[in-house]
Amino acid sequence: MKSIDFREIEGRSLGYYALLAFFGVLVLIGLAAAYYMETNGHHVTGMNNQIVWGMPHVFAVFLIVSASGVLNVASIASVFGRVMYKPLTRLSGLLAITLLIGGLCVLVLDLGKPDRLIVAMTIYNFKSIFAWNIFLYTGFIAVVAIYLWMMIERRMNVYTRPAGLLAFIWRLTLTTGTGSIFGFLIARQAYDSALLAPMFIIMSFAFGLAIFILYTMSAYSLTGRPLGDEILRRLKNLLGVFVASVLYFVLVYHLTNLYMTAHHDFEKFILLDGGVYTALFWIGQVLIGGVLPLVILYHPRLGHSRRMIALGAALVLVGAFCQIYVIIIGGQAFPLLLFPGKVVSSSFFDGVIGQYRPSLPEIALGIGGVAFALAMATFAIKILPFLPASLADADVDPHQTGTKATEAAHA
Amino acid sequence: MSIDRRQFLAVGGAVVASAALAPGMRLIELAQARSPDQAVSNLQRWGMLVDTTRCSEGCSACVTACNKENGLEQDIRLDIRPQWIRKVTLRDENTGYVQTLPMMCQHCEEPPCADVCPTGASFRRADGIVLVDRHICIGCRYCMMACPYKARSFVHENLTDQRAEIPRGKGTVEACNLCVHRVDEGRIPACVEACNADGGKALAFGDINDPASDIAKRLATQQSAEIRADLDLNTGVRYQGL
Repeated sequence: MKSIDFREIEGRSLGYYALLAFFGVLVLIGLAAAYYMETNGHHVTGMNNQIVWGMPHVFAVFLIVSASGVLNVASIASVFGRVMYKPLTRLSGLLAITLLIGGLCVLVLDLGKPDRLIVAMTIYNFKSIFAWNIFLYTGFIAVVAIYLWMMIERRMNVYTRPAGLLAFIWRLTLTTGTGSIFGFLIARQAYDSALLAPMFIIMSFAFGLAIFILYTMSAYSLTGRPLGDEILRRLKNLLGVFVASVLYFVLVYHLTNLYMTAHHDFEKFILLDGGVYTALFWIGQVLIGGVLPLVILYHPRLGHSRRMIALGAALVLVGAFCQIYVIIIGGQAFPLLLFPGKVVSSSFFDGVIGQYRPSLPEIALGIGGVAFALAMATFAIKILPFLPASLADADVDPHQTGTKATEAAHA
Repeated sequence: MSIDRRQFLAVGGAVVASAALAPGMRLIELAQARSPDQAVSNLQRWGMLVDTTRCSEGCSACVTACNKENGLEQDIRLDIRPQWIRKVTLRDENTGYVQTLPMMCQHCEEPPCADVCPTGASFRRADGIVLVDRHICIGCRYCMMACPYKARSFVHENLTDQRAEIPRGKGTVEACNLCVHRVDEGRIPACVEACNADGGKALAFGDINDPASDIAKRLATQQSAEIRADLDLNTGVRYQGL
């Protein structure tokens, strides 16, 4: 097999600088939003004492979950030995780091006291999953950085597999931690389930791969580097499997709840009469994020169109966002059950559905985090050789020449 | 009435023995009490007993007293206004029976808020009072997600003129602290005082570890229940008539 020719992108075009400037502006707007929220207090956001986690958390969880998932591509090569994925490993590791940093920035800038971050980094309560996550997140960045070093530094290449294995185990642990932030909340009916940890892992597989596909397609199209059909075919088929798995977990989650009479009210809220949450669940999460991408990705004709593959991946991300919104905001909106069998009312919104309207500063902060993650990755591929000069079929596939892939493309 | 010498000796002996032992017993009691400069200990556990049958729907003396005592401002949008204690009205879905009760931090022995707090700002004092150290709270609100009783509030706005003994600030989480500043002076929480003075005398406060206390005696002899007892958190606040 040919050795892979990784090369920095040129990054001198007006388009490249314009893209970086665009991300930069979004980051600045995000920072301004965070400053506005911090100086005025959270009353300028849509969050309140009922919905305590809002849009920033949706963005942060989306980015953090995707960060661990995007590393999967590298794991498939390093841990499971699939040679074809080898050219993709570096970008996979890079995006894992930048997406995680983007997510953490959003999370930290939403704190009531972001100036006390040093407290969070020095005083720990080890019974808290948040405290574990501080180690899991910073450790993930370190582990993936070492993994990247093993991959990029020729002398270290022999250690790629053990480093990749460590990173793979770490990322599974990390997403378990993220899912458990919710899974261990015994008090709320939407959470309190061990199922959330594995569900977050499979969600990360799908969301991360969708981001990877879109980033790779954009980068190769914008730089004019060749991108073969075969590699895209594999990635989109894998994405389909992950999307179906997410739907499966969602199904089991709701079936489990539906079997328990005590959870019927909550299920009725999400599935039938929860207004925006019901709409986001059925239309956003299930239809746009699940069924439509599956149809597109596995359709005999549509599944071979690059535009449609990109559309499928984009729809997965729209669904991802809806899913996390329903989990985080919908889960909080449903009132706590304090007195079974009683209709409850108070001045503190007991027994009523929590009201939340995402505010502009929250959304701006979230988008700033996404832009920061993409800006870091886009800058990094210019200064270090993360991207192969070619992902053409003949360059990436050791087993077949372009002919078979071409046949598949025409099938 | 006359007594013989044997009887006189027996009664006299008993009196002398009591006189000698009583100060000793009193000393044990004093040893368990705490002077202000001493650390709190788990010999005590402060708790509250709410008799819902004495709590009437129109009365909110406890809420008013709490707001005044802790300087909780009232001219704030309702959905972000801090409420350390609130009156909750319950109507039975099947029978229509209506009752009302005060809800606040239940001061769990195993508080979920303290479990999830990344910095340990949420903690349970040795004497059972659950507190937030407002100096190391980073405002992540994970405790509010974890609390089964919706007992906590986040400070959404800038605050001014806070009371010196009640540290509060924008960007941190707060909740009922059983008026810890009063308890440490040997006084009872403001809500209990107000309920006894102006309300239906529905609230009782005391050391539930002290078998001689009124609250411990009532808990030992009368029915009471925890809210969400299924979670097995062993709350310090208990309810009668639920």
